[in-house]
Amino acid sequence: MDNVVELKNLKVTFVAKQSFLKELLMKEQPLVRAVDGVNVTIKKGEILSLVGESGSGKTTLGKAILNLVDIADGEILFQNQVVNFHHKQEVRRFRQKAQVIFQDPYQSLNPKSLIIDIVAEPLEVNRLIKTEAERNERVMKALHDAGLDPPERYLYRYPYELSGGQRQRVAIASALILNPEFIVADEPVSMLDVSIRTGILKLLVELKESKGLTFLFITHDLSLAWLISDRIAIMYLGKIMEIGESDTVIKQAVHPYTQALLEVMPIPEVNRHRQRKVLSGETPNPTNIPAGCRFHPRCPHAFDRCREEEPVLQAARSNHLAACHLIEKETSQENSHD
Amino acid sequence: MSSIDGVMRRKKLKRFWNGFKNNRMATTGAVILVFFSVAAVIGPVLFPYNPMEFGTVETILQPPSTTYYLGTDNLGRDIFRNLLSGARISLMVGILATLISMFLGTSIGIMSGYFGKTIDSVLMRVTDFFLVIPWLPLVLVLVAILGSSVWIIILVIGLTSWAGTARVVRSQTLSVKERPFIERARAIGADHSTIMMHHILPNVFPLVFANTILVTAVAIISETTLSFLGLGDPTRPSWGMMLHYAFQSGAASSGAYWFFLPPGLCVVLVVLGFTFLGYAFDEILNPKLRRR
Amino acid sequence: MKLLRVENLKTYFHISEGIVKAVDDVSFSLDDGQCLGLVGESGCGKTTTALSINRLLPPEGIIEGGEIYLESVKLTVLSDVEIRKHRWKDVSMVFQGAMNAMNPVMKIGEQIAEAVVWHQQVTHQQAWNRAKELFELVELEPGRIGGYPHEFSGGMKQRAMIAMALACDPKLVIGDEPTTALDVMVQAQILNLLDRLRKTLKMGLIIITHDLSILGETCDRIAVMYAGKIVEIGSTEDVYDRHMHPYTHRLLMGFPNIHRPKLMPEPIPGSPPDLIRPPSGCRFHPRCDYAQEICQEQEPGMTTAGNGHSYACHFGGAFNG
Repeated sequence: MDNVVELKNLKVTFVAKQSFLKELLMKEQPLVRAVDGVNVTIKKGEILSLVGESGSGKTTLGKAILNLVDIADGEILFQNQVVNFHHKQEVRRFRQKAQVIFQDPYQSLNPKSLIIDIVAEPLEVNRLIKTEAERNERVMKALHDAGLDPPERYLYRYPYELSGGQRQRVAIASALILNPEFIVADEPVSMLDVSIRTGILKLLVELKESKGLTFLFITHDLSLAWLISDRIAIMYLGKIMEIGESDTVIKQAVHPYTQALLEVMPIPEVNRHRQRKVLSGETPNPTNIPAGCRFHPRCPHAFDRCREEEPVLQAARSNHLAACHLIEKETSQENSHD
Repeated sequence: MSSIDGVMRRKKLKRFWNGFKNNRMATTGAVILVFFSVAAVIGPVLFPYNPMEFGTVETILQPPSTTYYLGTDNLGRDIFRNLLSGARISLMVGILATLISMFLGTSIGIMSGYFGKTIDSVLMRVTDFFLVIPWLPLVLVLVAILGSSVWIIILVIGLTSWAGTARVVRSQTLSVKERPFIERARAIGADHSTIMMHHILPNVFPLVFANTILVTAVAIISETTLSFLGLGDPTRPSWGMMLHYAFQSGAASSGAYWFFLPPGLCVVLVVLGFTFLGYAFDEILNPKLRRR
Repeated sequence: MKLLRVENLKTYFHISEGIVKAVDDVSFSLDDGQCLGLVGESGCGKTTTALSINRLLPPEGIIEGGEIYLESVKLTVLSDVEIRKHRWKDVSMVFQGAMNAMNPVMKIGEQIAEAVVWHQQVTHQQAWNRAKELFELVELEPGRIGGYPHEFSGGMKQRAMIAMALACDPKLVIGDEPTTALDVMVQAQILNLLDRLRKTLKMGLIIITHDLSILGETCDRIAVMYAGKIVEIGSTEDVYDRHMHPYTHRLLMGFPNIHRPKLMPEPIPGSPPDLIRPPSGCRFHPRCDYAQEICQEQEPGMTTAGNGHSYACHFGGAFNG
């Protein structure tokens, strides 16, 4: 299968905001390592879910792929070619192929623009249409593809006149109008009600199937990731902890962090007597990433090696990688038993 | 489709009109300004006035009568006719100077807020300069150097009154540019000018619009001040110029109230009209700013 | 005696566009030490119900009918001054935006102590000691009591909010989306904490949420609201496993369950109704797959299915085939 996007050792850093006094006293401002060396490939026609808690860097990673934040290090390959973000024409061509859907449909549409202008904007900024009729036709098709039928009813309305689900569909229509190859969907349903949420998720899966679109689906909800995606990547403090087929990651999770997430995943079942193992504490601040394995201070299985050496992604089984020393420990134990 | 468009527009307009209708400040201001606009447009056509045409000894400083509705000035010119043509000058200077000021204030404010960093620092230092510099001496010097034609006055007032607008627009731009639809526009591939024109401007416009009307009031006072000090254009006597002549000829002490009272009242009313309208628009267009 | 009884509560909002029937004939009750989950989508009236109990409604919101009893006290007839004695002391709330509900320039401990001083005749030192106790109760490090809100993480702030709610030993705590802005791990911690606290302190707990999937471990009973009405109420088991209302069914289907086969749920068609002009008959009928003529004409009453489980549907359980 072809790779649509390939990330090689991608890093994004920010300068941490500090209080005025601290800024005066300290010469060097601490760096936030939001994305700290990520290697991922996204294959053509798949939905890859990127799952993580707040502060994991998942949104920053999505933005970095689309060049909405600057990359500190590493490379992004799009359709097997390195994207040179200093080359204006190249960036422009790339942006026509790679689109984004944001989390908050109440905030991501310009309140002063009509729906028709919002959806047509990608065509206009890239100067891709000549006539008014062509513009209308393409906008109507995009709205239809996003499930807004009949499209005429929506063209001359303002975002505030639509419901949250309809707005998110407008955002999707605008992402579809250039016939992109790849879409980053950043928590597209987290602001929506449950009854509306499923409609949007269904639409994404349908678009993948009918148009062969590739999605990076960013979410904090492991159950949604399991539902719609082909593969799942788990992110913690700027690094991928585990990646594999969605069923394998959910049913045979290897990394203790993934296991912990699964443990606390809400499920509509009566679990009153089930004793959950809930990790204490919260994700630490990314200015101060622990040495060795970044998860070791919260890990129930941590041993000496975890405190010293950072594990790399390694195969737990075919198509299933995890960054954990336990994998080697277990294999070596099995070997010694033989 | 255009009919739906029309319906939406009408709906919006209706909402605005309802807010406007029920706002007493807005209606008062509008009535005053409509009255003076009509007077300024058709007045000089019905009652033409030539400031170079002086009267005779008999017609100097006549009190109001059926021939001269508001009397005559110290050179025997009809004050009523002078008032009408003065309305034209005062309103024109006010509005044109405001347009220049708004254009400068809005574009400098948006660029400063949008680009940030060095551009912001440079533009804001220039803005600070215009904010703190004593306005009158600067204008006096400028007009003295450049001459006192009405166009120069418009330009000078426009160039010196944009700083406040720029400050307001900049702070609004700073908050608008952080909203996700700006990031979406960037993701689509929109360039800086598209983002500023299509996404930021429409969202700062309501604020600018109300401010514009208030700036017009200030511009009219500025023009009046300059003319009163004798820096006006003598070939196009505005209300300020009339007050200048009245003051020079000692009209106040000689009891010729008809000489200085009409232009004075007109200035007060027009400025009041613009101020009322400006505050009212601010309330209607930016309701959140007021209620909170 | 029941701790809380809400009977035929009607809370309407009078706005310029008309009257919004946000809560329309809602009844439920709560025993001592029991936990009720009040669940529904945005605009269904769940928060309005909670604010009606504490009479914290905005000026447009008026209780038009029905009664609310806290033990034997009829809260709905109390004057504004009298209700203030019960607010926080008897019924306290934990809000969603813990980050915004705190004064950023005041020590967390001071803010908790303040809540104590307002309602009890104690000295500042006693209040501070009480704040320390509460800190321990919600499992916050005692050393952090002098810290400021910005030094606290989201989960810690929510714990501090809970401490504040417990300041006066309330009989009933209402959590309005208490975990919504939090990560799953912290959400689980907070839910565990609330569960433990209500058992040890023997207080009533109402959890208001849009997320039906988080209630399984904490709640004894669940009430599902739609368009200002309770459409189904019963024990957690009944609502999860033996629910009868099509809306409950659809809502539950919206939460993928990894222990069951992977099925893409069908979305609920249409959008929530306008509560100024709610649909005739059953309010859910325009979006319901099983609606028939009677559903348009006649509003369904509550049908009892035994064991305190009841639902408002003409064709309860129709989705079971």
